Amino acid sequence: MIPVDDYLFLSLALFTIGVIGVLTRRNVIIMLMSIELILNAVNINLMVFSRMWGTVDGQVFAIFIITDAAAEAAVGLGIILAFFHNRETVLADEMDIMKW
Amino acid sequence: MQTLNQALFIFFAVLAVASAILMVTRRNIVHGAVFLITTLLSTAGIFLLLQAEFLFIVQVILYVGGIMVLFVFVIMLVNLDVSMRQVQFNRQWFVAGALALVLAGQFLFAIWVGRGALRLPAMASEISPKNTEAVADALFSHYMLPFEIASILLLVAMIGAVVMAKRRAG
Amino acid sequence: MGHLIPPSIMPFVLPVLYAVVIVAVLPLLAGYIVLMERKVMADMQARLGPMRVGPHGLLQPIADAVKLLLKEDIIPDKADRLMFWFAPLVSVTMALLAYSALAIGPAFQIADLNIGLLFILAISSLGIYGIVLGGWASNSHYSLLGALRSAAQLVSYETAAGLGLISVLLLAGSLSMKDIVQAQLDQGVWFGFSVPFGFFIYLVGSIAETNRAPFDLPEAESELVAGYMTEYSGFRWSLYFLAEYANMIIVAGIATTLFLGGWLRPGARYHEHIPGTGIEWLDALPALLTLGVALYSLKLAPTQPVKIQKIVMVLVAVLCLGVACVLAGALFAPPAVMQGIHGAFWFMAKVFAYIYAFLWIRFTFPRYRFDQLMRLGWRFLIPLALVNVIGVGVAIVLRQQFAWGPIVSLIPTTLATLGVAMLLAKDDAPVAEAQTAAGE
Repeated sequence: MIPVDDYLFLSLALFTIGVIGVLTRRNVIIMLMSIELILNAVNINLMVFSRMWGTVDGQVFAIFIITDAAAEAAVGLGIILAFFHNRETVLADEMDIMKW
Repeated sequence: MQTLNQALFIFFAVLAVASAILMVTRRNIVHGAVFLITTLLSTAGIFLLLQAEFLFIVQVILYVGGIMVLFVFVIMLVNLDVSMRQVQFNRQWFVAGALALVLAGQFLFAIWVGRGALRLPAMASEISPKNTEAVADALFSHYMLPFEIASILLLVAMIGAVVMAKRRAG
Repeated sequence: MGHLIPPSIMPFVLPVLYAVVIVAVLPLLAGYIVLMERKVMADMQARLGPMRVGPHGLLQPIADAVKLLLKEDIIPDKADRLMFWFAPLVSVTMALLAYSALAIGPAFQIADLNIGLLFILAISSLGIYGIVLGGWASNSHYSLLGALRSAAQLVSYETAAGLGLISVLLLAGSLSMKDIVQAQLDQGVWFGFSVPFGFFIYLVGSIAETNRAPFDLPEAESELVAGYMTEYSGFRWSLYFLAEYANMIIVAGIATTLFLGGWLRPGARYHEHIPGTGIEWLDALPALLTLGVALYSLKLAPTQPVKIQKIVMVLVAVLCLGVACVLAGALFAPPAVMQGIHGAFWFMAKVFAYIYAFLWIRFTFPRYRFDQLMRLGWRFLIPLALVNVIGVGVAIVLRQQFAWGPIVSLIPTTLATLGVAMLLAKDDAPVAEAQTAAGE
């Protein structure tokens, strides 16, 4: 029997990697992908607790999180495309003016 | 059966973590996207181990087949070559990484203190045939309002994306 | 046999056997679909098609395969070598993996999943990565454009095709391929007849998803050389090719299962027996059909110009005769065996009819422009599919509340969807004309 801890450790590892990715990379697309990784780690937690309590509530919340990820990807990538067409770059620290 | 499950868990977990690390460190974004897809697919495998077959499918169809296609699409539209030659990590990477590790340490401590307290109930011999029905029941009865709110969120996101694209054209 | 195999692995033996059979037969099948395609095309263009290799070109697929395997395997200089190597594998693996949930007969299925249909859709939607990554890794503009077009097209038409399938899922109330076929038997009508618009939408969507003409923009010869496959050659190219044809069989299999009654024979609820025996009239049909083909080949054999062609023609006749014998012999076998063999026959017959429709469409319609393709998908098919799904929901309520029959309750739905389709087409026509006139 796999204890819940193993799943939590896995989720923690993915979460940490995601956080490091968001905080240290300069490329906005990689940062967005790291956020997806964080959401994914959360989903693992929801799934294992849903399994532990024998209900499907966690799975329903995971569906909401995936919906949210879809919305975030659509808007985020839209912003990146618009930004790229104006500034010819996808690096986060060059997004330093509010208006152009 | 137990050892098989254990072996599958270790396989998926190692695959997920290894490709996640590769995803964050690759210079080439397309390779990063492929590694993220690998992570997402291994996570889908873990969902299957947890008897959440419907979520396995949602993960594969929506995440891998939908969202990641969008990512790859955008990656191909923006010019890769320039950003590949530039510095990949920002100036505060040391502070940021240390903070992330501190955060991870806190979580690790919390899980470590409570380890062994939580256990999965004995696994049914096979995947429950009613998983899809159970999720649908919960989604369309108890979670009806959040479901509608989520659909409005998607609508807003869609309009937002269209507006963003329009402005570029004009 | 039972004591030779340890009981712990017994449940895995049959599925593994099926998997091996499918993987072994599929490349051959794909080759012969190519031959069928060339023959049908030739027939529609009043030509003969391949005639040289074997009688009526029957050995052409084998010659093609040998040629492909012997070709030089080129990797472009500036290509991303790893991805270039990896992408065709993704395509072909996903195409083959999808077969694991396809029910070819009541017994012939690798795994009867509760989420069978969704599994097939999920796996085959991953095949897009083979195309996109291959196009990107080639480091060529034609390839990249083909890949981008392919991604946009697939994501758009998957939505429409999926909505088309949902109308059937509502009626069947299950995602398992077996249960869907069983529901068609219980309701006494193939869903293709009760929701014709669902079938139509899935037909168009599946053509677009498999990148076939008239929606073959990702590999349009006159615009993009060969699209994402431009830089590929030899074995890798043949992997893409195999994946494309395997996907064709998959979508045909889904359509057969959901809309054309799967392995059910026509008139599955009609049980008139031949007097004096336990055999039903309609069950004799497959054997008689194949016997007819065998006799026709025998009749053709003497007229073949070369001796070797005569011999091969007789071999074909013998093969058909053997199939006829198996089909006839199955009539006297236990019902389970009979169902298995005849189910597989009917399933394959319907799959090939569907693929024939694909070819027919391919050689009838001119290729769409990319903006026309997108307009058709988003402004015609998706709204239509939504109306259809809502209508099917209404029909189910009608059936439950007023006890209408399974066919009668869907007639208002079909009429309403037809009305909406005409409205949409009328609404769209001036826009299309204006845009064409403006030279867009």
